[in-house]
Formats: sequence, structure tokens, C-alpha cells
Amino acid sequence: MKKKEEYVATIGLEVHVQLKTRTKMFCGCAVEFGAEPNTNVCPVCLGLPGSLPVMNEEALRLTALAGLMFGCEIGPVCKFDRKNYFYPDMPKNYQISQYDMPFCLGGEVPLHTLAYPKDAQKAIANPGKKVRLVRIHLEEDVAKSFHLENASGIDFNRAGTPLLEIVSRPDIETPEEAFAYLTVLQQVMVYGGVSDADMEKGQMRCDVNVSVRRVGDEGLGTKVELKNLNSISGVRRALAYEIRRQIEVLCGGGRLEQETRRWDDAQGETVLMRTKESAHDYRYFPDPDLMPVKTERFVAEARGRMPELPWAKRERFVKQYGVSEYDAGVLADDLALAAYFERAAAGSKKPKAVANWLLNDVLSALSSAGKGIGDCPVSPEGLLELVDTIESGVISGRQGKEVFAEMFATGKRASQIIEEKGLKQLSDVGALEVLCEQVIRDNPGPVADYRAGKAAAINFLKGQVMKLSKGKANPSVVSEILEKKLAG
Amino acid sequence: MEIVNLTLYELRQKIRDGELSVCEVLEALGERIAATDSTVGAYLDYNIERALSEARNVDLSLPLGGLPIAIKDNINVKGELCTCASKILTGYRAPYDATAIARLKSAGAIPFGRLNMDEFAMGSSTENSAYQLTRNPWDPSRIPGGSSGGSAASVAARSAFAALGSDTGGSIRQPAAHCGCVGLKPSYGRVSRYGLVAFASSLDQIGPLARSVRDCALLLSVIAGHDPADSTSLDAPVPDYTANLREDLRGIRLGIPKEYFSEGIDSHVRSCIETALQHCKELGAEIVEISLPHTPYAISTYYIIAPAEASANLARFDGVRYGYRTANPADISELYFNTRAEGFGSEVKRRIILGTYVLSSGYYDAYYLRAQKVRTLIRRDFEQAFQSVDAIVCPTSPEPAFPIGERTSDPLKMYLSDIFTISANLAGICAISVPCGFAQINGKKLPVGLQFLCNFLEEQKLLSIANAYEVTTPWSRQSPPI
Repeated sequence: MKKKEEYVATIGLEVHVQLKTRTKMFCGCAVEFGAEPNTNVCPVCLGLPGSLPVMNEEALRLTALAGLMFGCEIGPVCKFDRKNYFYPDMPKNYQISQYDMPFCLGGEVPLHTLAYPKDAQKAIANPGKKVRLVRIHLEEDVAKSFHLENASGIDFNRAGTPLLEIVSRPDIETPEEAFAYLTVLQQVMVYGGVSDADMEKGQMRCDVNVSVRRVGDEGLGTKVELKNLNSISGVRRALAYEIRRQIEVLCGGGRLEQETRRWDDAQGETVLMRTKESAHDYRYFPDPDLMPVKTERFVAEARGRMPELPWAKRERFVKQYGVSEYDAGVLADDLALAAYFERAAAGSKKPKAVANWLLNDVLSALSSAGKGIGDCPVSPEGLLELVDTIESGVISGRQGKEVFAEMFATGKRASQIIEEKGLKQLSDVGALEVLCEQVIRDNPGPVADYRAGKAAAINFLKGQVMKLSKGKANPSVVSEILEKKLAG
Repeated sequence: MEIVNLTLYELRQKIRDGELSVCEVLEALGERIAATDSTVGAYLDYNIERALSEARNVDLSLPLGGLPIAIKDNINVKGELCTCASKILTGYRAPYDATAIARLKSAGAIPFGRLNMDEFAMGSSTENSAYQLTRNPWDPSRIPGGSSGGSAASVAARSAFAALGSDTGGSIRQPAAHCGCVGLKPSYGRVSRYGLVAFASSLDQIGPLARSVRDCALLLSVIAGHDPADSTSLDAPVPDYTANLREDLRGIRLGIPKEYFSEGIDSHVRSCIETALQHCKELGAEIVEISLPHTPYAISTYYIIAPAEASANLARFDGVRYGYRTANPADISELYFNTRAEGFGSEVKRRIILGTYVLSSGYYDAYYLRAQKVRTLIRRDFEQAFQSVDAIVCPTSPEPAFPIGERTSDPLKMYLSDIFTISANLAGICAISVPCGFAQINGKKLPVGLQFLCNFLEEQKLLSIANAYEVTTPWSRQSPPI
């Protein structure tokens, strides 16, 4: 009987990402999610006799951009090949893909702390780990089959959508690393405008290979492929289950079969789909309908579109705005949130305060309203105005919360709400001096206490001034006046 | 002179001059088809009525205004059946026009009928059609050649003035030679393949068959040119190919490949070619011997590359979306297996199996990859040759048309008759076949074709040289006895 601790997992991911192009890979049909079945189709993407593919140059640019973002090698020429197999969702019964001359080779995906699941961020086994890529290639997506009661239907709207295949080296060792890897991939795709990478919409799909072996063993264990992984957290759960299952089989003296298993998210288990598929011979050969692609022009154009990557943005936020590393990380994790922050922070003397408001008040209001930053009722300029109003003492921090709630609910500007509610703080020194003098006069006891060295007594006096001003007095101005007068 | 005997060029002149109306032309054509096609069997279908109604709106000032053109059944004509003479495409109607057809239509031409062919253009005799036999108008007991047999037979039988065909390994030139008409295979990429049902994508080209070189030039001027829908079409200017067609060969150097004249050429063909070469000399040409050393490998190279591409191109015919579907399949594999087993003819199956085999892992390097390398060598042979000659001249086919049924059980012998035409497709260059005399066999006159080959994109020179030969000899104006 072997111990569980003696095992380590090896995980490889094959991720497919739909490119964010207006039209399909080899024809002019629109790429559109949720359209009526078989409405975005033409002779080319239906594979009708006599039709021919023509390359979508935007897809080539986006592929080059993906390659640049992950630091891949891009050769001077890549080509397209036909991958032959019969399946009803394949209009031509071959898929135009890339075989031995893919667009991008190598590259790596850095796993940063915040990309890990929240509960795992405190105990990361290999901080700063980078997962190496084998390749990124471009191909066409297939159609989608639907199985009805007595028949099957095929929707060809998806057929021909440009698709990236991103293959990792088997560098990933834990479900948490797989989670972080997918999170970073998704983030970078969105950052570059390469893909919306929404797993729920099938814009990002992944197949996982996982095996376990005893620590110290040279060769890899028997590989199991997992299917039906529809979310990043689902991948984590499926891997955790599958690794446990494989270790248990081996610990119990059993043998593992090379097989494909389906993840059942509701039951929380993997179920056998098929064993030992006979190796498919795809009979790849260069597609004679397409000329090899000279990549230079597309790489140059992609270079001009290189975004600031999440990790670079994080560092800059710390330096430029003085926010904490953690806050910078949270901000940079989400491109839309980062953009919102920069619009608000750019005009502010206290960008740090803007970040605090954004990460606390704005995000919690959004989450309880079930909204995303994209449809936040308070604009970045509105938040900036609010934070400035507080920072310059026009209203108190507590009033600020009230004003924000109103802004969020109504979409009104802070200044308008302050006006309507008469919330403006009393900061006029002359007027406040009158109030302070009155309070000193009316409260000889605490005044004497303060003068006798009981510093806390000033808080009582401050409270009385606030009361007299009906809460409008600017507390810091009041403190200053009181201190001056009591000292004199 | 009878209307149906006119060349396309003469016909256009008479229509423009008002000597003939398009209606008269179409009626005469309809009568001729009715009179001959029960014997020849060139047409899968045709519609003179509809052509007449289209003729009413046609602009006669257009380059092909009102001229009826017949189309090989593997080229998409919107709304018409497009079956590639295969059972697997039974009832399939083209939902769009091939680019070549769209160009014909916008030049005023009227596509009016579909021509028989070898199934999916695989064959040299048109015997592989799933629908009917096409007979040679010069001797109905013999094949018309193939795969564009219907195209050549209709033009020769005067039941079409001109036709479009497709040429993957000689499928325009060889039937043109056997039927006594002119057939042009343009350089690869000169004419868009969009809408031509693919057989072997890196070899296929659409081209014209007609009764004169000038007619082929006229049609090529219309159908050639860059097409954004075909990534392999060339962005090179299209000259007026009918301009400056010469009538002598002074200053022209013609090369004779010594490898082509070694053996296996029928004696009738050999004597016709020798006479033709003599004639070329009289026209002022200088004739030199050249070498195309990789010729012996051309047929094997072709029969690896073409089936490999075909095996993928024909995978889409599976009964799922269109065309023939087997009855009551139990599951998806049975749907695939039975549809394809029942829908394809034996020659098509043979080539799909060949192609699948040569692409299989473990065999790819030895067959497909090696064939691609040899293809490069064959291309270099021609590049080398064209440094010293303007054109290469040789027979189109080593023999005249053979009797129907003679080769059906011997595919290898059938393949070998493509020896002189295949190299042009492998090299991507242009070539033309013009009539150069007759072989007298069993009291029948059987046409013999002379082939000229020119370098890549040198169609103008090719047409000019072929025109000089054609207009100074009587052969292209002979009508078959039918």
C-alpha cells in the first residue's frame, strides 16, 4: 500500500479560443453569438461544392498579437493544412488547421498570485511559476450539433469561426495552477482584444490531460483526457477529483487505463466516456487552396496593437498612483476596472483614495446590484468628483457614503445631491469661531479638564460644535479652532 | 453557310452586323442538338426556351453579347443542376454562379446547357459518367476523350459553338484532340476556380473548347483574371487575347522534347505530327530538340498528388447536407459508408482509396512528399526548356480515340494515355491542342491533335503560335460526318 503523498500530477491543457473578428476565418459571414440557426452561412462555410476559402487577415493579426503577448516565436512563414476526419459538424469533412508550420511556437504564461483561486492565494507552491507553451495555431471552428428527440440538427453559424488552439507543455502540477493558467490566458486574450474568451458562450473551451506518477519516477503516468469542462472553476474541481481518483486507484493496487472521461459538474465526478481510442490518422497535408502566409506584415501590425499586459499595468499602478500592490493587482486583473480606475485617478490629487472608493464602495454596490463595472451608474468622472469633494473637506467621509448611495441609485452628480440635501460642510472659519466660542462658554467643566491635560475632553467640545451646526461643521476645521482657542 | 458551322467569332460578327438574330441562332442550335445528340450524348440537359427568353434582354454590344455557351457539369451555374456526372450529386442545384460563369454572363453570353463528363472529371473517355455515354462525332463507336468529353463532342458535332471544360491532367486538350476541336488549358491561377467543383485543387483549371484558336482567345479574355474569392488566382493583367494573333511563325523557336518521341506513339499520330512540324518550319519556325528529363515520372507523380487532393475534396459528399443519401441508415457511420458506396462510381472510389493511402501516416513521406519534390523537378525542366524555346510542341495524345469499352477494365492503360498532357498541369504552365490531321482507321477519319505548351502566363504567345498553325491548315474547319 503506497501513500497518497508520494504522488504528483502532470497536467497539460489544450485551449481553444474564438477570435474576436467581425467575420469568419475563410468567408465573409458574420461571427455572432446566439443568432437564429443557419443564418450566418454561405457556400464557403457550408462547404458547398466549388467554394474556396479566403483568409481573414484580421484573424492573422490577432494570432500574431496572441503570439507576441505570450512571447512566442513567430517564423517568417506559416501554412494551413487539411485535417481529415468525418463528423457531421464538419462541412467539408476536413478542418483547415495548421500542422507542422503553426503561426506561433513556444512562449509562456506567467501565473501571478491573484490568478489563483482566492482560497489558494496564501499557499502557492511555486510563486512566479511560468507555464511554457508548445504552440499556438489558427484553425476554423466546426458547426454545432443538436440532438432532438427523434432527430439531430446542425447549426453551421459557428462553422468557420476563427479559432486559436493553445497547447501547453505538461508543466502544470495542481488544479490551482490550472485555474491560474486559464485565468491568465483569459485575461490576456481580453486585454489584447483577441477574444472575449467567455467560457459560458463557448468562446474559450478546454481539454485537459492529466496523469499521476510517484515522486521520483522518470516517466509520466497513464494519461486521462477530461471533457465537458465549462468553467475555470469546473476545471479545478474536475482535476481535483480526477487526481484523487487516480491516486486512489494506484494506492489500491489498481491500474489506470488510457481513457477519456466526462466531468459531471452536478455530481462532482468524472465518468468514463471511452477507453483507448485507436489513434486517429488525420492525414494532414498542405491545403492547396491557400497560399503559405508570410507573417512579417501581420506581426508588424500586431506590434502596433500590443496592449500593456496585466503584469506591467500592475507595476505601473503602484509606481504612478501609489496604490498598494494588492490593490494594483485587483485593479489590473480586470481590464474594464483598470480603465475605470485610470479615468478617475488621472485627474485626482489622491489616486489612492480613488482606488479605495472604487475597490470598496463601488465594487460592493455593484455586486449587490448584480452589475458589472461596464454598467456602473456612477461614471469615473462622477467618482472623481465625489472623492475630491470629500478630500477637500466640502463634505465628510460619512456624508460621502450617503452621497455615493444616492449617486449609485439615481445617477445624479455628487454636487447636485450635496446641493439638494444641503449637505455642504461648514468650513467658514469666521462662522465656526462663533460656534466654538459659544461651546467654550457653555461648557466650563470640560474646558477646564482639557486645560488640565485631559486631551480627550476636546472630543466632547467638538461634538457640541457639530451638534450646534446640525452636523455640517467641518470636523477638522473645528478641531483646529478649538485647539487654538483653548491653548490661548 | 449553315449557322451551326460558324465559329464563335464569325457568329458574333453576324449578330452585330444584324445578319443573324440571337433567336435564329438559338433555334438553329436547338435543331442541331435535337438532330445529333441522341447519337452523340454530349448534353446532360439544355434549355433553348430559357435561353431564348434570356436573349431578349441581352446587350449585343457586350464582348459575348447573345452567344450561347455550353458548360461542363462540374461548373456551378446558379439555379441549374450541377452533378459532376455523379450519382452522389443527384438533384443538386448550384446556389451560386462560378466566377467564370458570372464573367461569361456579364459579358452577355448565355450558358444554356450542361455537358457530360467523367464523374468528378476522373477519366479520359467520359465512360465514367454515372448518367450516359458520350460518343465521338467522327466515329460513334469510339470515345470522345475525357474528362471534358461532352464539351469536345458538342463543339465538334456543331451542337455547341463553344464550351467550357476543366483540365486537371489533360481533360480539355485530350478530348479536343480526339474530337477535332481546339482546347485551351490556361496557366494555373489564370482563371478563377471559384465554383469549379474541385477534383485536384493544385492542378484544376477551367478553360475553353471551341472551333478556332481565336474563339478560345475570345473566351479566355472574358473568363481570365484575378478573383478575390480564389486565393490561388493570379493578380496579373488580362490582355485582349484576340489582338495581334499572328499567321506565321517567323522568329519562333519550337522545342521538341526528345523524351516524348521515344516510343508508344501511334503511327498515324506520328505521321500527322511530323507533317505538322514540317508545316511549322514552312511558317518560319525553327525547330530544336530539347529535353524534359523528368518526363518518365510525370504520370506516377500525378497519380499521387491528384488522388491525394481528391480524397479530401470529395470527403464532403457524405449525404448529410445535400445530394444523394442512402435509404434508412442505422447510424451515422452507415449513412457515410452506404451513401458513398452507392453514390460514387468505381473510378472515383479507386482514386479516393489511392489518395487516402498515399496520405496515411507512414506512407506520406514516401509518396506524397516525394511526389511534391518530383513535381518541383518537372517544373524546373520546363523553366529550363523555356529559356531556349518559345514553345514546346508535341502530340496531345499518343493515339487517336479508342473504341468504347476497350480500356474500362485496364485503368493503368487509360492513365498512360495522359502522358503528354499531365506535365503542363504539374508545372502550372499553359497549353493548347489544335487539330492537325486525321488517322484513317477502318474507313473512319479520326482527328489527331497537336499540342503547344508555353511558359507560365504566356497565353498570348501560346494563342498566337497556335493561331498561325491553325489558320494556315484546313483541319479545324472539318466537320464530322454526323
